Amino acid sequence: MHETVEYAAADGFLSTVWLLVAIPLASAAILLLLGKRADKWGHWLGVGSIAVSFVLGLAYFFQLRGLDNKSVELTLFDYIQVGSLHVDFGLLFDPLSAVFVLLITGVGSLIHLYAVGYMDHDPGRRKFFAYFNLFAAAMLLLVLGNNFVMLYFGWEGVGLASYLLIAFWYERPAAATAGKKAFLMNRVGDAGFAIAIFLMFQQLGSVNYADVFNGVGSLSSGVVLVMGLLLLLGATGKSGQFPLQAWLPDAMEGPTPVSALIHAATMVTAGVYLIARSNPIFSANLTLQTVVVSVGALTLLIGAIIGCAKDDIKRVLAWSTVSQIGYMFLGVGLGGGAYALAIIHLLAHGFFKAGLFLGAGSVMHGMNDQTDIRRFGGLWRYMRVTWATFGLAWLAIIGIPPLSGYFTKEPIIAAAFERDGWTAWLFGMAALLGAAITAFYMTRLFVLTFHGPKRWTEDIEHPHESPAIMTAPLVLLAVGSVAAGWLMSTSVVDWLTPVLGDHSGEEAHGVISHGLITALSIVVTVLGAGLGYALYRGGTAMQEQPAGPIVTAARRNLYADAFNEAVFEKPGIFLTRALVFLDNRGIDGLVNGLAAAVGGGSSRLRRLQTGFVRSYAMSMLTGALLVVAAFLALQLGWLA
Amino acid sequence: MNATNPEWYLILAAVLFTIGAVGVLIRRNAIVLFMCIELMLNAANLALVTFSRINGNLDGQIMAFFVMVVAAAEVVVGLAIIMSIFRTRRSASVDEANLLKY
Amino acid sequence: MVGVSDFPFLSILTGAPLVGALVVAFLPRAKPELAKRVALIWSIAVAALAVVMWIAYDANGARFQFRESYTWIPAWDARFTFAVDGIALVMLLLIAVLVPLVILASWHDADNTRRSVPVYFALLLALESTMIGVFAAADVFLFYVFFEIMLVPMYFLIGSYGGHQRQYAAVKFFLYSLVGGLFMLAAVIGLWALGGKTFDWQNLLSADFTTNTERWLFLGFFVAFAIKAPFFPFHTWLPDAGGAAPAGSAALLVGVLDKVGTFGILRYCLPLFPEASRWFAPYALALGLIGIIYAALLAVGQNDLKRLVSYTSIAHFGFIGIGIFAFTTQAGTGAVLYMVNHGLATGLLFLVVGMFVARRGSALVSDFGGAGKLVPLLAGVLFFAGLASLALPGTAPFVSEFLVLLGTFTVNKTVAVIATAGIILAAAYVLWMVQRTTQGTLNPALTAVEGMRRDLTIREKVVVAPLILLILLLGFYPKPVTDVINPAVQATMQDVDKTDPAPAVQEASR
Repeated sequence: MHETVEYAAADGFLSTVWLLVAIPLASAAILLLLGKRADKWGHWLGVGSIAVSFVLGLAYFFQLRGLDNKSVELTLFDYIQVGSLHVDFGLLFDPLSAVFVLLITGVGSLIHLYAVGYMDHDPGRRKFFAYFNLFAAAMLLLVLGNNFVMLYFGWEGVGLASYLLIAFWYERPAAATAGKKAFLMNRVGDAGFAIAIFLMFQQLGSVNYADVFNGVGSLSSGVVLVMGLLLLLGATGKSGQFPLQAWLPDAMEGPTPVSALIHAATMVTAGVYLIARSNPIFSANLTLQTVVVSVGALTLLIGAIIGCAKDDIKRVLAWSTVSQIGYMFLGVGLGGGAYALAIIHLLAHGFFKAGLFLGAGSVMHGMNDQTDIRRFGGLWRYMRVTWATFGLAWLAIIGIPPLSGYFTKEPIIAAAFERDGWTAWLFGMAALLGAAITAFYMTRLFVLTFHGPKRWTEDIEHPHESPAIMTAPLVLLAVGSVAAGWLMSTSVVDWLTPVLGDHSGEEAHGVISHGLITALSIVVTVLGAGLGYALYRGGTAMQEQPAGPIVTAARRNLYADAFNEAVFEKPGIFLTRALVFLDNRGIDGLVNGLAAAVGGGSSRLRRLQTGFVRSYAMSMLTGALLVVAAFLALQLGWLA
Repeated sequence: MNATNPEWYLILAAVLFTIGAVGVLIRRNAIVLFMCIELMLNAANLALVTFSRINGNLDGQIMAFFVMVVAAAEVVVGLAIIMSIFRTRRSASVDEANLLKY
Repeated sequence: MVGVSDFPFLSILTGAPLVGALVVAFLPRAKPELAKRVALIWSIAVAALAVVMWIAYDANGARFQFRESYTWIPAWDARFTFAVDGIALVMLLLIAVLVPLVILASWHDADNTRRSVPVYFALLLALESTMIGVFAAADVFLFYVFFEIMLVPMYFLIGSYGGHQRQYAAVKFFLYSLVGGLFMLAAVIGLWALGGKTFDWQNLLSADFTTNTERWLFLGFFVAFAIKAPFFPFHTWLPDAGGAAPAGSAALLVGVLDKVGTFGILRYCLPLFPEASRWFAPYALALGLIGIIYAALLAVGQNDLKRLVSYTSIAHFGFIGIGIFAFTTQAGTGAVLYMVNHGLATGLLFLVVGMFVARRGSALVSDFGGAGKLVPLLAGVLFFAGLASLALPGTAPFVSEFLVLLGTFTVNKTVAVIATAGIILAAAYVLWMVQRTTQGTLNPALTAVEGMRRDLTIREKVVVAPLILLILLLGFYPKPVTDVINPAVQATMQDVDKTDPAPAVQEASR
């Protein structure tokens, strides 16, 4: 089975790897504590801290490359130490976390920079950057932890940051509600994750990666299955996968840089990280892998189908995120060499999806915060940089060679066809179908926004391009979207081998040949894109049109919200009300009833105190007679 | 003729006591009530003296003296109360003086 | 040799606030400021002494330290015996830290009542004295006396200085606790009569009872503690009392006073009646579990902020109860840690809610709405307190909740899994409360209220800052507290004759 997992202790320069987390955290603390005093320069501190983290991350990365065992562990202090439970506040810097560190700080820096311009007019910009830094710190802790509790620590931390940023404009009821929804649905997943940690301790007596992964082999397959399913529940919550996908599109209520960084490029991929990190667990059980693959395939289709029916530029991108993460889940579920494929798709996705979101933000910036793609059109003439970068990212996401999406998505599709028997056809075709639909709705989005006739609202006379501070990150991200694919496709896979295992020598047995799959995926992509272009080059209807059941269902998010409302929310509210009634009237009623009974009884009894002398005399006489009678009875032996 | 049977005295005492008790129960005038109580006390005295005679010692008679002393003291206090009630209320009916209740 | 550990810390800690209370009570009513200052300085001095005691305490030393014993009623062998183990020590520290903050937070609470201001602060100090006494007592009779006397200052705090329905709440609180206390009194007498005619805890430890007697005695104590804690279904006094008490007193009521219940179970029920504790454990676990889910659902449905916080506490007490009756080191340590952390977190929550209520003049959630626009800092602190209450990692309650659930899971998976659902509900009630109070569109009625235009004052910042700091500190580095608690909990587990289960894999390979 697996070789023993061992991490060397960090020394020298790498023993300062905690700075990666500490710097953004300190920056967040300073920004929050100083308050208004930091309003003038706070955003630069925010950008600076993440940029410094990026530079440090690069330095650590090169340091790590020079090491033999490619992984170092660092224990900062004892976190929890009770009985046989030892949880260290410990960090692990290995190829997988290094890749994530670079993604988070790299893409994060660009988005931070962009946000300086985007949030320019917002009075809460300092607070925004504090939350942004807090997010970065939590996300870095998530990927750097060396045990599952640290991972959970960062996991909940990013949940908090995500909540704060979704509800950043908290005076909007929709934003506040969306934030709450995100937090709650995440908590459902978190509860699963937490139970998985309990199970690890109960079974193996430890929550450290090394101990758990080394001990997986000694666990019964049922335990592994349950553990994996619980982790998967956590992952689906964080990553917006079925059945916990409904919060992610609502999260678009937050400012656009938030959507780009948290709800597209980094945080939502934490679920993929969790599964990739726990690959010894997931690889140990076939049923488990099938479940992960099913979740991925189902979600990628759900996301793609709903993406076709949305008219809000950010919601289309949100559902596309759901769908793309579905591909990543598909990848990590397939196991073996596909773990690495999922990770490179994740990295590429980080570039092009961040580019798409920031592009969308740029469009909104120039269009008075309009988000309805039916109200755009012909914008390519007015915002050339945005158009060009958005276009490249669009080509990248639909997988046109030689852009990055092609190099990362197509191998996952191919890997799906390499499963055994009919499941290869099922999941392979699902992935292929997803690619076609992706091409369709992304083309629809692109064409409706930048081409075709103008359909602007009256208040917009002359849309303007965004300032350089916003376009510069766009350009850099576009470069990433174009180049990342072929740069990463082999090098990153090799780099990740120490963590995810060496699968280069394994023979692929696809049900159809690899070449055919490549051709097929390009063909369906072009077909989907062509269909999208043909249908929407002339614009679209301005009002929502009556539609058949499938489109209506897609517009309503496939009734997931309605389901949640009918099954959890409504009965929950009813249950709460019923319980409040029960508590006040039932349990407290019992208590008060007892008090009332005592009180009522005594007020009856005191009626005997009439104030009439003769009734007192009568009772005295009765008493005396009773005493005499009792005395006589005893004396005469009547009772004996 | 031999001495009268002491039981007759006891029966007389019982009758007197009963008259007194019924009086206390059914009359409303405080003075009458008071006299009925005196009647009961004296019935008890009669019984005590009779027992003394039957038993041939002085215990009962001593008790009777105690009762008389206590009764006298009681009359002093009781009549004073009745007087002050009568002064304030112009009536000696005990039913009207029923303020000491719940 | 006279070392620092021979210093009579405990009797001075118990007595000093009482003396302070007498001094403050007899200060002229016309000089309320003087009374407040004296009370504050006095309580800070007590806190300083408590910190010195903490430093002098040897975490790896004897189970009970700073023992003092004075003759009291020789005929019954009842003595003024004080001693602390790690559990009592952290509770004493919690009290000593909370009281000055509560006094500072209650600075203006008594100003607008018709009652005397000095008496209010005297009552707070008197309450501190009785609370310290109840945790420091090592004599069952002394414990009982403090347990009952503790009610008196609290009764007056609620009944005289409380808000809406204060009389009702105060009487309910008093009667409820008194009834529980009577059960306990019966058990205390039984314990004395059957356990060797002594009230000394140490001597009673070795007493032997028949199975039935032990169960009855256990029940007598347990009912008192379950009412005090409170556990479902003895909880209904708490929302009333918490809702009617002034915010500062409510913080002490829920933060500390109720912990006497869970502390009592750990100190008296488990070690004195180990067999009965094991026998009743499933029922206690069930009560805890019901409490977690039931009270959390009720908290979601509340419209009164103070009642809402009270219900959240009942849910948290469910966690503590589970932690105690799971009988593992992790769960037990988690439960004790929970007692401390809950004191800090819910104390903060109550104080912040009190600040909102003082500004708005109403505790109804529906009277707020969008308040974050007017008082952003205060709203931020409310949110932070909420996060601590829902046990977010990084705040202290996470560690304790994690330990309780993890420890419980090793012995009883069903209970732990159902209890974990409680963390979802916790997020629901906290976030919904925060949303309805501080987020969304600004309630126009709020802008008209004078007080709502004032964000945190310096005094209020001084109140919340230490609590926030402590919550974060213990959230990242709970070791100073767990190290003190751990030996005491392990000793208690030995008393009940329970050991932690080994990891399942090792178990199987053995």
